[in-house]
Amino acid sequence: MGATQRTVDIIKEMAAAMEEHRAHLTKLDSEIGDGDHGTNMHRGFTAALESLEKTAADSPADVLKAVSMALIGKVGGAAGPLYGTAFLKASTTLADKEEISAEHAAAALQDALDGVKLRGKAEVGDKTMIDALEPAARAANDQSGSVAEVFRAAADAAKKGADSTVPLTARRGRASYLGARAEGHMDPGAHSSYLLLDAAARSLESE
Amino acid sequence: MVGIVVVSHSAKIADGIVELVLHMAGEVEIVGVGGDSDGGLGTDPERMQKAIESLEAEDILVLMDIGSAVLSAETVLEMLSPEVREKVRLVDAPVVEGAFSCGVTASTGADVDECVEAATEARTALKLHDG
Repeated sequence: MGATQRTVDIIKEMAAAMEEHRAHLTKLDSEIGDGDHGTNMHRGFTAALESLEKTAADSPADVLKAVSMALIGKVGGAAGPLYGTAFLKASTTLADKEEISAEHAAAALQDALDGVKLRGKAEVGDKTMIDALEPAARAANDQSGSVAEVFRAAADAAKKGADSTVPLTARRGRASYLGARAEGHMDPGAHSSYLLLDAAARSLESE
Repeated sequence: MVGIVVVSHSAKIADGIVELVLHMAGEVEIVGVGGDSDGGLGTDPERMQKAIESLEAEDILVLMDIGSAVLSAETVLEMLSPEVREKVRLVDAPVVEGAFSCGVTASTGADVDECVEAATEARTALKLHDG
């Protein structure tokens, strides 16, 4: 299977994960946010799949670019520009690459993280998706082996990172207005970041 | 003249601000972009981009309400062609008061810096002078 098809399969798995976890993400977001993260992410990835079906992408970078545009256009909340930027930066990193190595994948994750940090002006500890994505990018860079192993390491680190947001007070987004009342809840964006990376890993592992 | 784009999570808020500014400022190029692409609450970068591109003004100021409206506006800025992008500035101001001050100032034919200043001053202008 070619790298383009592998990338499309990853996006399909991500879309399936957003569908499966839609209610749970919305529940997390109802506790400290505006209660639409599950719906928004599901709508964004549904639009991404439609876009990929309509126009056949001919490289992994093309696939990621199409996903980025769909997320920016259709998500409707902060996750749109943030994840849209992540996929766009990853697309730029992988431009002209016909095959994706473990090093390419780790570099794409790192650039995606840097893009989200720049867009959202958040750091680790702010109770955002950065709490999942930063350890994920670090784990990806430390991991050698296959692309699947890189994504598995990233997903495992993202899970720990998402769990680490539970006791935090939020410093970004709607939850930052809640002060101590946001403590004891997992950040929905950190959780969706884990779910997306886990979907990517599972897709690659199933080959 | 300076043109204005008002971005809000709510179509009613965006439309209401436009209505208010047009009533108070008269002749000014202003357009509102409210809600997400499905008509719900949220932001819609595609419509924001189209709104910016639809204005004929030489300078365009974008005022946003909260959170994702700001993130979306910043993202749209990067998606614009260089010749449009250089006309556009995001203004860090309260959206209702800022759009109002900005619109009235723009209607006098003031330049873009004066409009930005008027909008920005709206942040600190007191409403209760005896408070």
